[in-house]
Order: sequence, then structure tokens, then C-alpha cells
Amino acid sequence: MALKLYGNPRSGCTTRVLTCLYEKHVEFELVPVDLFSGQHKSPAFLAKNPFGLVPVLEDGDLTIFESRAITEYICKKYTANGTDDLLCSSDLVKSTLVRTWVEVEAHYFQPAASPVIYQSFVAPLRGLPPDQKVIDENLEKIKKVLDIYEARLGETKYLAGESYSLADLHHLPYIFYLTRVEGFSGKMFGERPRVKGWWEDISSRAAFNKVVEGMKLEK
Amino acid sequence: MVVKVYGPDYASPKRVLVCLVEKGIEFKTVPVDLMKGENRDPEFLKLQPFGELPVIQDGDFTLFESRAIIRYYAEKYKHQGTELLGKSIEERGLIEQWIEVEAHSYHPPLYSLVMQVIFHPLLGLPQDEDLIAKSEAKLAKVLDVYEERLGRSKYLAGDEFSLADLSHIPFTHLLVTKVGKERLIRERKHVSTWWDAISSRPSWKKVSQL
Repeated sequence: MALKLYGNPRSGCTTRVLTCLYEKHVEFELVPVDLFSGQHKSPAFLAKNPFGLVPVLEDGDLTIFESRAITEYICKKYTANGTDDLLCSSDLVKSTLVRTWVEVEAHYFQPAASPVIYQSFVAPLRGLPPDQKVIDENLEKIKKVLDIYEARLGETKYLAGESYSLADLHHLPYIFYLTRVEGFSGKMFGERPRVKGWWEDISSRAAFNKVVEGMKLEK
Repeated sequence: MVVKVYGPDYASPKRVLVCLVEKGIEFKTVPVDLMKGENRDPEFLKLQPFGELPVIQDGDFTLFESRAIIRYYAEKYKHQGTELLGKSIEERGLIEQWIEVEAHSYHPPLYSLVMQVIFHPLLGLPQDEDLIAKSEAKLAKVLDVYEERLGRSKYLAGDEFSLADLSHIPFTHLLVTKVGKERLIRERKHVSTWWDAISSRPSWKKVSQL
């Protein structure tokens, strides 16, 4: 039975899972959820995820929400699929380093990236003026995190070690949107050549390029 | 070789300590004084580049991010102590889901409350009453979801205690004590029963007394 993923092809968290599904060559059906009309707050959807957020994965009787729990589940269930073991599951130390940098993305990177993307792209779609103060404060936070990444990528090819992993993959949607913010790439990558090289590497992967087409926010 | 856990006085390192006790793993603690800014010392930043707690050293292996550390030990010592990761990939999926919920929905408003109510006075910083009210309201909504969930299963991910429940203990303890908002827990029957069950575990009693 094919997996069902409930989500929106423009949502960062949905595209995180889509990229993982493509990396692992797993068959699935994308069931669109219309965020602008509030479909994710409908009783039918809340029955799947009581927090009213996308994405949600249904695999037979199992329903899982939280994008990073879903990617981990997919990687564990389909370890042998696709070109890479994105969890480095054969080695506990390596898989734990993957988990560490997954946590770093979740706790340091995304909370700063999200408000910049919201203010730059979503607020205007809702007819609201962007809050430049919020954008500027969070760009400063992102800079500090990327400084740490720059140092880290001097030690290893990817964030968790020498192999591409979920720790790198999880960054794809949000960095993609950030590169569409005017001036971001110049400011952030200009002084951080390793981060730039890492971004060019991970964003050139076929699985991500399958997903990128659906992510365009411009009308 | 004994695991060294930095910063035992603070809640995120306690998340690690509870896990180590549940798994019967020996450890020693290394104090780090955040008020004195010891987490910004160059030596500490070599261990944890974000200057946060906890960090552990296990022989040559250094690890940070409390939820990465607890997963590591729960996995490494799967055959010893309490089973915290479930017995199947599906059970593990649900446990991971609720650890993510704790991290992304439960923790952020609770962390704001802890910072505003406990730490700002200690640091001589003003308290933002509006943020406190908003954080409490957000946390209440999350606890409503927990109330419904815990009406259907004894613990968050199923009928057995897991890493998902464990992850909640140290900051919830602060919520019901120094933050002074125990009623958020007690006003919800199933959440209240769940809190009593997880906070009365010998592992938490031991960590509280360290």
C-alpha cells in the first residue's frame, strides 16, 4: 500500500518530507492541504494531527506528524532504499552525530529562518506589510549560526560527517526560500565559502530538484 | 569510563541525567555557572559551539543537544534498564513524533515562562507580562491536546513510559514549582495523572536530589 502524505508543496516542512521520500525512492501519494483556506484546522484534519500542522504521513494504520519524526521513520523503514543511508544507521556514533545536527537545525536554524520567510513572502500574500525589524533581527541570528556551520564544514564534508544525511537534507527548503530574499545569498555566502559550497552541493541533488518546482512562491 | 555531564543544575542537562539513571549508566557531573557566563568561556565553546547546556563527554566522544544525547544512550544501552524507544519501528515513530511535539510545541512557550518568571529577576531584567500571558495561553492549548491524547493512552506514545514522556520532566517540574503554574497541569485530569506517574519515577527523585 502506498504511503499518503498530507501537506502543501509550498510548505517548508512538507517539502522536507517530500525530498526524503524522493531520496529513498518510496512510492507515495501527496494529498494537498490548502493552508490559505484553513483546511489544516478543519475537524477532519485535526483528527490526524491535533496540532493542525502539515505534513502528516499515513502508512496503513499508522499516522505520524512532525516532519522530522516522519523523515526519521522513512529512513528507518527504508534503510536499504535509495543511494544513501541518510541516518548512517550502521554506526551508532555516526547516526548520533546526524541526530545532533538535526537538532541544531531544528533549534537554532529554523526558528530564525521561519520569521524571515514569513515576513518576506507570506505576509505580503496576506496583504500585510513585512516587519523589517523582525527580518533584520533574525538575519543576525542566522549569520551567527552560519558562522558555526562554516567552522564545522572545515572539519567535515557535510554537517554530521563525511556522508550526506538528514542533517543536511532538513535545511533544504528553508535555505531555498531564504535565497529568494533579496541580498541574502550575497550577505550570507559571500563571507562563508564552505557554507556556499555545501549549499550548492546539497541543493543540486536530484531528489530536491524534483520538489523545488512546486515551491515557487512568486505568482 | 564514566560519562561526564556538564551543567547538572539546569533543566536541559537534567533531561540527560534522568535518561542515564533509567538506563543504569554511571555518570559524573561538572558544574557550569550560567550566571557567571562560564558557558561563554573559549574552553567551553570548544565543546559546545553554541554555548548551551548540556554537553557530555564519554571518553573521546563529545555530544551536545539533550535530545540527541538521550537518544544516543537509549539506543546504545537498549538492552539495559528501562526500554525507552519502543519495540518496533512503528512504536519508535510515535515516540519520535511526541519528542518532536515536546521540542517544537511544548518547550518553546514553557521556556519563555521559565526565562521570564525565574531567570529575568535573577539577571535584573524586566519581565514582559504580555509575553508571559501569551506563553501561558499557548502552553494551555498544547496541554488540551495532551489531555485528549492521554485520555486514550497511559503515556504519550502508547501504554509504556518512553523517551517522549521523559523529555518533558525537568521543565514541567519548573512549571509546577518555581514558575508557579501548577494549575495548568492539575486542571486537566489525564495530564495530572500522567504528570504524577512520570514525576514519581525513582529516576526523577534521584536526579532532583543531586
